[in-house]
Amino acid sequence: MYDVAEIRREFPILEREVNGKPLVYLDNAATSQKPRRVIEALTEHYERHNANIKRGVHRLAEESTAAYEEAREKVARFVSAPVATGLIFTRGTTESINLVAHAWGRKYLGEGDEVVLTESEHHSNLVPWQLAAQATGAKLRFIPVLDDGTLDVEEAERLISRKTKLVACIHASNVLATVNPVERLAELAHENGALMLVDGAQGAPHLPVDVQELGCDFFVASGHKMLGPTGVGFLWSKPDILEAMNPFLGGGEMIREVNLDHSTWNDIPHKFEAGTMNIAQAIGLGAAVDYLEHLGMDNVREHERRLGEYAYRRLSEIEEVTIYGPEIGRTGVLSFNLPEVHPHDLSQLLDEDGIAIRSGHHCCQPLMRRLGVAATSRASFYLYNTQEDVDAFVAAVTRAREFFEAFA
Amino acid sequence: MMRNLYTQVIMDHYRRPRNHGEIEGADLHEHLLNPLCGDEVTIYAVFDGDTLADVKFSGRGCSISQASASMMTERLIGKNREEVGAEISEFKNMMTGEREFPEDDDLAALKGVIQYPSRIRCATLAWTAFQQGLE
Repeated sequence: MYDVAEIRREFPILEREVNGKPLVYLDNAATSQKPRRVIEALTEHYERHNANIKRGVHRLAEESTAAYEEAREKVARFVSAPVATGLIFTRGTTESINLVAHAWGRKYLGEGDEVVLTESEHHSNLVPWQLAAQATGAKLRFIPVLDDGTLDVEEAERLISRKTKLVACIHASNVLATVNPVERLAELAHENGALMLVDGAQGAPHLPVDVQELGCDFFVASGHKMLGPTGVGFLWSKPDILEAMNPFLGGGEMIREVNLDHSTWNDIPHKFEAGTMNIAQAIGLGAAVDYLEHLGMDNVREHERRLGEYAYRRLSEIEEVTIYGPEIGRTGVLSFNLPEVHPHDLSQLLDEDGIAIRSGHHCCQPLMRRLGVAATSRASFYLYNTQEDVDAFVAAVTRAREFFEAFA
Repeated sequence: MMRNLYTQVIMDHYRRPRNHGEIEGADLHEHLLNPLCGDEVTIYAVFDGDTLADVKFSGRGCSISQASASMMTERLIGKNREEVGAEISEFKNMMTGEREFPEDDDLAALKGVIQYPSRIRCATLAWTAFQQGLE
């Protein structure tokens, strides 16, 4: 049974107050809070096992290496990867995509090639491809977003062609609360001999992920959005693709043999893990996915869908509110605007009530332009949020609106 | 606490901004974006010799950025270039706490913004745009 009260007890920060009110944390799309067991995994590592990994021949090094590699196994299992050697730890989604844009993009893209993205990409899945296109002469094409926030799949069928070398798309939107048909896009990519990258920053924390069912060639995500520590994320890909790619960062541990004028590369995944990694954070992420699996990602998804739809209904009761994205099948993201209250001012007023939401462009400036706004306010829910949180949020938005109207 | 920031003076400038609009053929025309939130402002200034004869602002933004822009135009009109530059520097020093706010000016209403570091850039957006235009 999915018991939110019990889950909330696992998160020490949810006990704190802000401005004398209980914290209502609704900025989960930016980063999630951490359960006690993740915090303890970090502490346990530093208090008992800390050493550098992969190289020392002493007890602590052996223990740290084993814990780090166990975390790799856990994360690989979490995304249903067939083998853990395709799972590479990175600093987060941004670094993972930059890794692919360099190590794969610079090798395989050229004049006349195309990378197909969407209008709703986070800057982290747009700017690395702009840089790759500048470096290689490849062109970027964009699948449009329809007025209801979903992707124009018919247009995608026309855009994805034999010129396409890669299709890269967010799994779920950090603005529109949509889950994209990445399986279909992967089919279209493969029919045309292209590869498929799924940006799972808003997918892995909230949806069951099976990289084999998605049919993707690259899957990336950030640990800190899925109960894990900051500073760790991952890239999953197929071993044969990773082996054929160029290295990304050069340095220690990614090499096999180093001469003064040339070097050879280590096996995957180590080929892509240069230097000392964020060891404790990777171990913490292992503890986070253990907990997510314990809760069950189907349960998490169902909880957030219900909460997202409830929040949509409740917020719709406010006159003249604009909510972005579809009404049903939503994730726990809720972006909106009020005619009288700028998003920044709304965030500030909600903070007075201990409610944390986000305002701004959410690292999606092209999508903001598509929506015809400079910014939106955004509440984003996670597995520990409740209907009471939604009610407190809607009541505070109503009060903020009244506050501004009083000055009209 | 909410009242500390959203004072009557700020809300009045936000709701009824002074010198809001555009000036065609202005001597100075500077656009600035706040990358934090996507808000933007454009400053238009007309000089009569060395004196700032007219200044207007356009764009979109939160109450703090719009009110601050409105107050800026009121404070700067009639000053010479050197004084305008000095006023802008002084205001930015006020927002970093290095200088006291004037008691007798609407600007004093922006004092509360200092408590919210993420909003300081909202308050200085129009001033920075004008400063860049002067350079």
